[in-house]
Amino acid sequence: MTTDALAPDATASVANRVLVSAGPVLVVVLALIVIWYAGAVYLNAPGQMDAFKRAGTDWTMGDLIEGTLAQDRPLLPAPHQVVVEMYDTIIDKRITSKRSLVYHSWVTLSSTLLGFAIGTGLGILLAVGIVHVGTLEKSLMPWIISSQTIPILAIAPMVVVVLGAIGLKGLIPKAVISTYLCFFPVTIGMVKGLRSPDPLQMDLMRTYNASTWQTFWKLRWPSSVPFLFTSLKVAIAISLVGAIVGELPTGAQAGLGARLLAGSYYGQTIQIWSALLTAAALAACMVALVGLSERLVVRRMGMAR
Amino acid sequence: MTAMPIPAATEPDDAPAREPDRRSVVQARGLSLTFETADGPVYALSDIDLDIDQGEFVSFIGPSGCGKTTLLRAIADLERISGGTLTVNGVTPQQARLNRDYGYVFQAPALYPWRNIERNVTLPLEIMGIPREERRARAREFLELVNLSGFEKRFPWQLSGGMQQRASIARALCFDPALLLMDEPFGALDEIVRDHLNEQLLQLWAKTGKTVVFVTHSIPEAVFLSTKIVVMSPRPGRIIDVIETDFAPDRTLDVRETQDFLEVAHRVREGLRAGHSYDD
Repeated sequence: MTTDALAPDATASVANRVLVSAGPVLVVVLALIVIWYAGAVYLNAPGQMDAFKRAGTDWTMGDLIEGTLAQDRPLLPAPHQVVVEMYDTIIDKRITSKRSLVYHSWVTLSSTLLGFAIGTGLGILLAVGIVHVGTLEKSLMPWIISSQTIPILAIAPMVVVVLGAIGLKGLIPKAVISTYLCFFPVTIGMVKGLRSPDPLQMDLMRTYNASTWQTFWKLRWPSSVPFLFTSLKVAIAISLVGAIVGELPTGAQAGLGARLLAGSYYGQTIQIWSALLTAAALAACMVALVGLSERLVVRRMGMAR
Repeated sequence: MTAMPIPAATEPDDAPAREPDRRSVVQARGLSLTFETADGPVYALSDIDLDIDQGEFVSFIGPSGCGKTTLLRAIADLERISGGTLTVNGVTPQQARLNRDYGYVFQAPALYPWRNIERNVTLPLEIMGIPREERRARAREFLELVNLSGFEKRFPWQLSGGMQQRASIARALCFDPALLLMDEPFGALDEIVRDHLNEQLLQLWAKTGKTVVFVTHSIPEAVFLSTKIVVMSPRPGRIIDVIETDFAPDRTLDVRETQDFLEVAHRVREGLRAGHSYDD
C-alpha cells in the first residue's frame, strides 16, 4: 500500500502489479476449466453413446461432444451446467424458496458462525488455562489431541442423536459439531502465541513486578494476535465442514449438506456440484474476511509495515 | 585480587540494612551461583565479594561466559544465587525487585512492537498504576532526556537500533529508580553510535546521580564510563581485580587519548590476562 502510493506513475504500476499477481491465478483457473471440460467429455461419452444407440440415431464426433456437455444427469457435469444451475438457484430463485441456494447457504452459515464463535472462545480459554496452569497441559493436551484423531463422520451422527434426545434440534447440534472441529487449531495456535513473547520481554515484566494478569493483557495477549488470526483462518474453514457434515445425518431438511445428500439420493450431479462450489466459495469468502480483519487489527496495533 | 576474608558472616558490615548512614546499594559476600543442567552443574559465579555504593558507576568487564550478565541478573532477582549473601538497597534482591528499586536495560531494546514509543516508555508506569496525565508528562520528560523528543507516536520498527535502545533507557528511567542495571546495552550497535551514546549516558549519570551497574566486554567503554571497574574471568566466573578510576565527571571522549586512561585500560587488560581470559 505505502510503496505504490509513493511511486509517481502509481496507476501504471498498480495495473502492472494486478496483472503480475492475477496472471498466474488466471492461468491455473483456465487450466482447471480445460481439464474439467475434457474430463466431462471423457466420462460422459460412454453414456452418451449408449443413448445414441438406444435412439438409433447416427452421430458424429461433434454430436457426441455436444451431447456429453448437455446431459441431465451426467457423471461429471460440465462447468457451464454448474454455472447455469448456480445462477438459477442463487439469483433467480426467491431466497425464501426451498430450492434457493442462498436459503440453504444461510442455514449452513448460521450454524458455521455459531460453532466458530463458541469454538474460538473455548479454544482461547483452553489455551489460557494450559499456558498458566502446568497441570492442565499434562491433563488436557492428550485429550485435545486425541479428540481430533476420531473421524468427524463417526461422531456427527452420535452428537445429532444424543442432542436430539434431550430436545436440541436444528442449529445447535450442527454448531456443536463445528465447535468440536474448530476449537482445536485455536487452542494449538494460542498456546504457541501466548508463549511467543521472548525471554527478555518476559524478564522486563518481572523487573516491574507485574502481576500474571498484567503480563497477560500487556504482553502475552498482544503477542498472540498474529497466531490467533492464523488459527482463525483454519478454524472458520473447518467450521463450515463441520456444519455440512452435521447436516448429513439429520435427514437432510435444509442446508448445503442437505443439498449434497438430496443430490446424491436422486443422482442430481449438477445439484451436488453447485452445492459444493457454493460451499467452497463461502469458505473462501470467510477466510478472506478473517484475513481482512487481521490486516485491520495489525494496522491498528501499529505492527503493519 | 579481591581476597576478602571469608566467611563474610563474621564481618561487622554484614548488615547494611541496620546501618542507614552507610550508602551501600549492592553488597555481595561469598556469592556463588550454579546452574543445574542436563550435563551436570555449571559454576557460573564463584566466591564473589562486591560493594557498590550510591552514585557509583560500576562496570563488569570480562570475556563471554565470565558470569557478568549472570551477576547483574542475580542483583535484579532474575537469577537465584546458590550460596553466600547478596543485598540490594539493604534488602534481598527479591524484596528490591518487589519494591521496584531498579530499572533494567537489556542487551536488546525489548520494546513491544504493538506500542508506540511513548506507550513503550510508559509501560512500567501503567503497571504501577500512575495516572495517564502523569504518564504522558514523564514520557515527554525522559524522551527528551535521551534526545527522542518528537518520536512519541512512532512505532519501534520505525526507529534505528540506537534510537530503540535509547527509548529502552528512557523506559528504565521513567519511574525514577535510584539504581540502573544495564546489560551490554550498546553491544549490538556500531562503534560510532556507541561512542555517542556513551557520552550521553555519562552526562545522564552526572546529571541524575543514579547508581549505575553496567555490563560490557569493551575495555574502552568500561574505562571511559566507570568510577569502578570490576574485571571478571570465566570458568568459574569470578572477580580478578577491582579498579577505581578518577576521571572528571564532565569528561569527553578525548579523555581516551590521555596517559591516565591508557594506564587504567592497561591494568584492565592485565587483569583479564591474569584471569586467563585470553587463553584458548
